[in-house]
Amino acid sequence: MTRFLIRRIGQAILVLFAASIAVFLLFFVGPGPNQVARTFAGRLGTPQRILEIKHALHLDQPLYLQYLHWVGNLLQGNLGFDYYKGQSVNTVVGQALPATVSLVIGAAILWIAYGVFSGVVSAVRSRSLLDRGFTTAALFFYSMPTFVLGYTLIFIFAYELYRVTKFFPFSSYVPLTTDPWQWFVHLILPWLTLAMVTAAAYTRLTRTSMLDVLGEDYIRTARSKGMSERRVIRVHGLRAALTPVVTLAGLDIGTALGGVIITEQVFGIPGLGWTIVQAIGQQDLPIIMGIAILAATFVVVANVIVDIMYAVLDPRVRLH
Amino acid sequence: MAAVTVSVDPAAGHLEPEATATAPGAPVIEGRSLGQIAWRRLRRDKVAMAGGTFIAFLVVVSIIGPYFVQDPTVYHSSLIDPTFSRPIGPWGGISLAHPFGVEPITGRDMLARIVDGAPYSLLIGFLSTVLAVVIGVFFGIIAGYFGGWTDSVIARAMDVFLAFPLLVFAIALVGVIPNSAFGMSGNQLRVALLVFVIGFFAWPYMGRIIRGQVLSLREREFVDAARSIGARGPYILFRELLPNLVGPILVYATLLIPTNILFEAALDYLGVGLIPPTPSWGQMLSSAVSNGFYYIDPMFMIIPGLAIFITVMAFNLFGDGLRDAFDPRTR
Repeated sequence: MTRFLIRRIGQAILVLFAASIAVFLLFFVGPGPNQVARTFAGRLGTPQRILEIKHALHLDQPLYLQYLHWVGNLLQGNLGFDYYKGQSVNTVVGQALPATVSLVIGAAILWIAYGVFSGVVSAVRSRSLLDRGFTTAALFFYSMPTFVLGYTLIFIFAYELYRVTKFFPFSSYVPLTTDPWQWFVHLILPWLTLAMVTAAAYTRLTRTSMLDVLGEDYIRTARSKGMSERRVIRVHGLRAALTPVVTLAGLDIGTALGGVIITEQVFGIPGLGWTIVQAIGQQDLPIIMGIAILAATFVVVANVIVDIMYAVLDPRVRLH
Repeated sequence: MAAVTVSVDPAAGHLEPEATATAPGAPVIEGRSLGQIAWRRLRRDKVAMAGGTFIAFLVVVSIIGPYFVQDPTVYHSSLIDPTFSRPIGPWGGISLAHPFGVEPITGRDMLARIVDGAPYSLLIGFLSTVLAVVIGVFFGIIAGYFGGWTDSVIARAMDVFLAFPLLVFAIALVGVIPNSAFGMSGNQLRVALLVFVIGFFAWPYMGRIIRGQVLSLREREFVDAARSIGARGPYILFRELLPNLVGPILVYATLLIPTNILFEAALDYLGVGLIPPTPSWGQMLSSAVSNGFYYIDPMFMIIPGLAIFITVMAFNLFGDGLRDAFDPRTR
């Protein structure tokens, strides 16, 4: 297990390395350095001034030096300073992270709870009316663009039904530490949006996986021992059926923690996704690099955690 | 007891082994290939066929539709309420002349714009899927067949792609490409770019599926047989293994198209998709939501939204049906 972990973490670092180089190169291949310098110099900036600015921001150094400089700082836990306000990227990320985490954790609870419940019910009562209902709902939300669902919810709950549902805000975000109730109210629609589009895959996966498991020999054995159906499903069925669901949930949460661009954009939540889109618009490399590397780290860490969970949930994996 | 003859047509390859067993006096039992069996199952699946029919309808509309609708670029300012810039009449100005209503501000015919936008959504969805399938199948087969360090390298490469904040990369990339490059310009370039970005990031999903399939296929007897008569790597990969992968490739390609259509719509929404006034569906949707016009004219959002939704749903239904037809256990 230790060897497995060391190898897995080694690979994870390689993956992160490759990802960070790709983001870095993209900036320098494009108009990044010139655009930043020109914005700084203003409309009347002379070519001389632009060169000076590039020099001040170290944008005139050879690429590998700039990259090494960035990695060196990263290893000391410093993501650098943004070009425009001179703010520490650590601070920028620190401010954006709570919003994204609030959004993702709440939505994840909803989508996993609903997805697993509907999937299990669909599998146990296969081909019943309930199964059809859940399957159709899954297909419905699976085929829906996220931003259309988000704007539709805003339109219905915050605009059309305003007289009835006075408390739904159109958008924006209130930190938990400022006002817990407002935090909750502001996040209801974003949670629902993100949860509904994501839950569809969970309904389908849980249903398929549960149907597979219920066809296994050991389920028949459990039933033939006279075990109650409820116990067969809860104790023997769920444990095996949920392994792929845990994998998917781990990866989805890992990806989402790096920023839920569309949902954050629709609801004006200043999380990581919203921040990076702003930064791309301004070609603010330190922020883009900081958030991209953080997002990739979340995905890679989620991958490792999922592998460990696998070994815990499925004893057969541990033998290898 | 009469001898039962089983003839295997060598030319048919492994995909369609035509085995016919005949006994005198008994009606001839015709052997069916895997493809035929799947097709029969698919034809009985009404929901999947409905999805398939709708896709066929869309393709026809994309090709000949523009000749039957009005000019999508003509402004009908007489149909617009000058105070609120919204269409006159209920439901976004739906009338006999304009069955889907007209756009706010400009009064352009919505039906014409939807019909004109259909080829863009379909083409981008389809071509990016083709790209993802080609790359994914190529690397998936190689990783699965050779194993060892080849497999490790390809698997880690897939991890890089999957670990990558995909939308971020797409926004950044589309942002840095100038208006004309590689001998293309304007929307032609944008379409090529979208196809490339979407396809290039979707291939690992295909790659993983194919790799898994090849892992089990390569242990089968027909591969041993080919190897024993002296077949080498490339022949086994592309002449022996590939035909056996047609089923899963077809299924997952069909299911990848709707994902890619949704992805294109998301890029349109983030402002890095097609350039206006090209009437792509995602583009129409994003202009409806981003300036808030859908509050006073909900149909402006609902109509392109439904177009995307129904198209994606049709592909999903057809793809699900196809999967069930090739592998009925998953029903």
